Amino acid sequence: MIRYILRRLLLLPLVVLGVTFLLFLLTQRLSPEMRASLYIKDPRQMGAMEEVIRKYGLRDHVFKQYGRWLGQTIKGDLGYSHSANMPVAQAIKEYLPATIQLACATILLVLFFGIWLGTLSAVKKDKWQDIAVRLFSVGGFSLPIFVLGLLLLMVFYGKLGWFAPGGYSVMTDITIHGASFHHYTGFLLIDALLNGNMRVFLDVLRHLFLPAVTLCIGSFALMVRVMRSSMLEELNKDYVRTARAKGLPETAVIYRHGGKNAVIPVITLASIQFIRLLGGTVIVETIFDYPGIGRFGVTAAQQLDIAGIMGFSLMVAVLFVLGNLLCDILYTAVDPRIKLSE
Amino acid sequence: MNNRILKRIIKNKASLAGFVLVAFFALVALLAPVLAPAAKANDPYQIPQSSYDMTPQPPSALHWFGTTEQQYDLYYGVVWGTRLAFKVGISVTFFAFLIGLLLGATAAYFGGKTDELIMRFTDIVFAVPSLVLAMVIAAMLGPDLNNMMIALTAVAWPSYARLVRSDVLSVKNRDFVTASRALGARGPRLLIKHILPNSIYPSIVVASLDIGYIVLTAASLSFLGLGAQPGTADWGQLIAMARNWVLGDGGNTFAYWYTIVVPGGAIFLFVLGWNLLGDAFRDILDPRQG
Repeated sequence: MIRYILRRLLLLPLVVLGVTFLLFLLTQRLSPEMRASLYIKDPRQMGAMEEVIRKYGLRDHVFKQYGRWLGQTIKGDLGYSHSANMPVAQAIKEYLPATIQLACATILLVLFFGIWLGTLSAVKKDKWQDIAVRLFSVGGFSLPIFVLGLLLLMVFYGKLGWFAPGGYSVMTDITIHGASFHHYTGFLLIDALLNGNMRVFLDVLRHLFLPAVTLCIGSFALMVRVMRSSMLEELNKDYVRTARAKGLPETAVIYRHGGKNAVIPVITLASIQFIRLLGGTVIVETIFDYPGIGRFGVTAAQQLDIAGIMGFSLMVAVLFVLGNLLCDILYTAVDPRIKLSE
Repeated sequence: MNNRILKRIIKNKASLAGFVLVAFFALVALLAPVLAPAAKANDPYQIPQSSYDMTPQPPSALHWFGTTEQQYDLYYGVVWGTRLAFKVGISVTFFAFLIGLLLGATAAYFGGKTDELIMRFTDIVFAVPSLVLAMVIAAMLGPDLNNMMIALTAVAWPSYARLVRSDVLSVKNRDFVTASRALGARGPRLLIKHILPNSIYPSIVVASLDIGYIVLTAASLSFLGLGAQPGTADWGQLIAMARNWVLGDGGNTFAYWYTIVVPGGAIFLFVLGWNLLGDAFRDILDPRQG
C-alpha cells in the first residue's frame, strides 16, 4: 500500500513536467512580447518590453527557457496574469476555494439524487417510475451544460428572481472585505459560519445553488445508473431473500440491508466524479460569472494570458493527479476486498 | 453490423429512438445544400446576414427559426451546423483513433521500454481534464475551426491508445498468432494482417459512438469563443450569441427564447441520439449490465 502510494506520487512530477513542457512548446509559437508576461511581476514593467525579453532570454532555445521557467515556478512565482490583474499565484489562492466549494456542493447533490433516484428506479424496475428516472437521467446527460445553465438563468434569475449570478451580492462583498470579517479557511461558507454571520452564509449559498444544480443535472446520470444496477444485483442475493423471509418490512430490506451494500460502488464513483467536476466547472463558472478557478482559466485562455494559462494548467494537472491518488486510496478504505498492487 | 445487433436495436424503444435521431441528423447533414441553398458557394458554413441589427428577430415566414443578434438566420445555422457537427465529429474521431491505433498497437506489440515510454506519454495527456486541455491548446493555436479540431484530436487519442493496446495484448499470445509466426510472419505484417483484424473491431465501435461526446466538447469550445468564429454555422457559436439575450427585454423574460432553444435543442437531440445508441451498444458488448 505504502509502496503503491509512493509510486503514484512519483508519477506526479512526471505528469506535471510533461504537461507543462508540452504547453511550453506550444507557447513558442507566440511572439516573445506575448510570452514576456510570464516573467513580469508588475504591469509597469510592460513599458520596457525589449529589456524584459533580453533579461529573461525569451529568444533562447526552448529547453533553456523551460528550465528557467521551472526554476522560478518552484520558488512559487508563476508570473503576472493580465486577465485577472494580479499575480497568478495570488489568483489561484483567491479563486480555488470557491471552485472547491462549488464542486463539494455539487457532489453532495449528485450523491443525494443519484442514490435516491437510483434506488427508486431499481425497486420499481420497469414500472413508470423507473422509465421516468432513466429518461430524465439520459436527458440530463445529453443536455449541454451551457444550454441548461442559460435556461436556468432565464427562468430562475430573469423570470422569478430567486437566484443571481456571481459569487455573492454587493452587500456581502463589502462585509467580507471589511476589517471585522476574518478569513480563516478561504472557503466563504465555512468562514461565514466561523464569523457567525448568517447573512453572508445564506447569500453565498444562494449564489452557489444554480451553478451546483446545473453541474449536478449534467453528471448524476452515471450515478443513477450505477446505483440502479448495483441495487438490482444486491436485491437478487440470498441475504435479501432471508431478510424478506424472516418478515422484515420491505423498507428495512431495501434501505438497511440492500442499500448499505449497494452504495459502495456509488461512493467510489463519487470520488471520481468529484475530480471530473473540476473540468465541468470551467463552463458553469463562465455562465454564472462565478468567481472560481474555471472562470479564471477561461478568461486567461480567451485573452491569451500566457502566465494565467500556464498557472491554470499546472494547477489542474496537480489537482487531477492528487485527486486520482486519493480516489484509489478511498477504494481500499471503502471496500477492503480491493488491494492496490504494484 | 450483423442481424442480431440490428434486431436488438429495433426491439428496444430507447435505442430505436437513438437510431432514428442519428439517422435524421445524418439526413439533414447530407441534404443541407438542398434544405438551405448555400449563400456563398465557396464557404457554405458562413451564415447569411440580412442586416447588422443587434436585436434578434422571432420566427417568421422569411426566417423560419428566427434570427440571432446581427441577423444571422437560425434555420440556415442549424441545418449547416448539423453538417459541420458531423464533419467535426467524424474527422476528430477518425484522426484521434488513428493516432491511438498507431501508438497503442506499437506499445502492445513491442512491449518493454517502447510500451513504457508510449504509455507514460499517454498518462501525461490523460492526466488533465480533456475540456481544459483542449481549451488551452485551442487558445494557444488561435481560435478558429481547424485549430479547434486539432485541439480536440490532441486530447481525444489517449483513451483509444489504451483501448487498442489492451485489444492487441489480449490476442498477442493466442495460438493463431503463434501459428502465423511459426509460418514466418514477422513485424508489421503480423500486426496488420493477423493481430489487428482480430482484435480492434469492438474498439472501432466504441470510438465511433464517441462522436456525440466530441461534438458536445466542440460546441463547448465554440461557446467559450475558442472554436468557430461568429457567423459560422456552428451550434456552440450560435448559443454563445444567445448569451446576451437570456434575460429578455425587460417586460418579457422569454422574448428571445428561440435564440437559445433552437440551437440548444439541435445539439441536445443530436447528443441524445448518440447517447441512446451508445447505451444500446454497451448492452450488446457487455451483456452483464442490465
